[in-house]
Amino acid sequence: MTPRGWRRWLYSTNHKDIGTMYLTFSVIGGIVGGAMSILLRMELAEPGLQYFAEDHQAYNVLVSAHGLIMVFFVVMPALIGGFGNWFVPLMIGAPDMAFPRLNNISFWLLPPALALLVTAGLTDGGPGAGWTIYPPLSGPDGHPGNAIDFAILSLHLAGVSSILGAINFITTILNMRAPGMTMHRMPLFVWSILVTATMLLLAMPVLAGALTMLLTDRNFGTAFFDPAGGGDPLLYQHLFWFFGHPEVYIMILPAFGIISQVVSTFSRKPVFGYLGMAYAMVSIGLIGFVVWAHHMYTVGMDADVRVYFVAATMVIAVPTGIKVFSWIATMWGGSIEFRTPMLFATGFIFLFTMGGVTGVVLANSGVDVALHDTYYVVAHFHYVLSVGAVFGIFAGFYYWIAKMSGRQYPEGLGRIHFWITFLGVNLTFFPQHFLGLAGMPRRVPDYPDAFAGWNMVSSIGAYIGGFGFLFFFYVVYRIFTNRERAPDNPWGDGATTLEWTVSSPPPVHAFEEPPLIGRRA
Amino acid sequence: MRNTTLALVFAGVAVGMVGASFAAVPLYRLFCQLTGYAGTPRIAAAAPAPASSPASASTSMAEARTMTVRFNADVNHDLPWRFRPAQTQLTLPLGETVLASYVAENLSREPITGTATFNVTPLKAAYYFIKVECFCFTEQTLGPGQRAEMPVSFFIDPEIAEDPDTAEIKTVTLSYTFFRVPEEAPR
Repeated sequence: MTPRGWRRWLYSTNHKDIGTMYLTFSVIGGIVGGAMSILLRMELAEPGLQYFAEDHQAYNVLVSAHGLIMVFFVVMPALIGGFGNWFVPLMIGAPDMAFPRLNNISFWLLPPALALLVTAGLTDGGPGAGWTIYPPLSGPDGHPGNAIDFAILSLHLAGVSSILGAINFITTILNMRAPGMTMHRMPLFVWSILVTATMLLLAMPVLAGALTMLLTDRNFGTAFFDPAGGGDPLLYQHLFWFFGHPEVYIMILPAFGIISQVVSTFSRKPVFGYLGMAYAMVSIGLIGFVVWAHHMYTVGMDADVRVYFVAATMVIAVPTGIKVFSWIATMWGGSIEFRTPMLFATGFIFLFTMGGVTGVVLANSGVDVALHDTYYVVAHFHYVLSVGAVFGIFAGFYYWIAKMSGRQYPEGLGRIHFWITFLGVNLTFFPQHFLGLAGMPRRVPDYPDAFAGWNMVSSIGAYIGGFGFLFFFYVVYRIFTNRERAPDNPWGDGATTLEWTVSSPPPVHAFEEPPLIGRRA
Repeated sequence: MRNTTLALVFAGVAVGMVGASFAAVPLYRLFCQLTGYAGTPRIAAAAPAPASSPASASTSMAEARTMTVRFNADVNHDLPWRFRPAQTQLTLPLGETVLASYVAENLSREPITGTATFNVTPLKAAYYFIKVECFCFTEQTLGPGQRAEMPVSFFIDPEIAEDPDTAEIKTVTLSYTFFRVPEEAPR
């Protein structure tokens, strides 16, 4: 009955196959986005212009495309589409997603979206307005060609894909849990996807709205963001960050969920403070919608408005702190086994906390006025996203690859991959704090000689990180050439969630009969 | 089927959020006008009645205070106009309505319609800067070579002296930028 060949994938309505496609797509996006970052670091390794002397716009385009690809075509497909599709139905004991065909559409909107973004890059000099696409630089005067229009349409498609996926996830989680799987018994990864999907549903349409206004400003003579016609370019920033700030939590919350599962499994203890962990994610999701203007401290807001945004932003440190301390408390007194997923999880906790601390620094509007648009900001968001979300992805990959493929990864190589990556990302991003504090602006291909040393260190770190990514492909090769079959549950007593009760890889249709839920997962 | 109902509800939420983002356009404008946010001056229907009797000592204190208003004028490069204030600054008592004017001249050989955006700095003073009548409320058309006075009448709310956030302000700047009305702007 199962379709074979290309039909199995193109027509797929199976959550596991769609999850696999999302993960593969994310790896392809990762190759492209990662290669771009290596090019950027090659340019920035030394002062002066090395590779982009002829065409500064090409550098802008690379910066913009690197950001957009990493956000929309790497992190989100891996964490939400990939692991979410694979494990949400398995963890709640559902036979599949609520709307399998909608799921297929969600995935297949992404390749055309990426194709449109590539088209944008090859059109009229490319879109070089950053991933935030602020007008007036992204307006008809800043980018007269069609590049920005293609980029906008690409994001529209990616947005529709996310919104459809979000509707599917929320419906699945609310309606299709196995009997006995109450909301307060759901694994934390499912909670994280529920909160993420809700945020997507509320935030993505606002991006779509803002981009539509930009599109009509560019092509149909409207003036939403053009002061000449009574518009206001600041409105775009408000709309963008009303989407953009929730978006960064959309990228990190599923990683929180994965880390909770991994830490609990390898400490052989249930998660400390389960309800606190679940509702910490809910409150991060809620507060995430009312702090957007902390990205805009330099636009000339009133002191009282900035006081509010500073205070509200700092409040987020409370639920985030609950999560970090609960992970540590989960490990406390546990019988910890440092397998590769656990290495990535502990690395995540350490590095995400570092990124969180610099986030609290940047939350102060007075400090931020000095650090705005410097490499300090770049270091901050790469610690939480590049290091945070990507470590979450790798933790999930090593944790679940035996379940997904039926073949276990080689432990020694996994650990080597972790240490190369850990060294690489820290060497890349830690010196950027120094550069930012010294005042080096982001998104510029050249810099004064004073910044030379740490930029070279940062570039060497990027090359090591890039090597780590290549090493990951060797690990993947070894996994798929491994003849040994993985057991249903390779992790022992600590792995208590439902996906470990089915075979590895799971049957095409798992849980056609709902499983019996006895104890808290 | 329950799943479909739920999904339709969420699809409705998504559509509603798109609507909300477009509703943000007029709401944002309204918010700025009501709160003086981003330096948007308030608009009054009529000049305030002159205070007939001194209500309290503090009011008369405030009214005794004066404020210096400086005038700034800019022209967008698409608009071939000359535009400058008739006076660089005025010093006026708080609460008193005054008339200031700008002079605009069309330097081209065709009639052109322009419209002016405006703001007040310091931004926090905008809430107390109240326009009664202004050339910027409507579009202005100047014939070839035509020169015209552009009046603005306004007063400064005496409350500005009571608000601890704005009490120290002695000078505010009223700024206009004239733009060509976009329908006419060359594409």
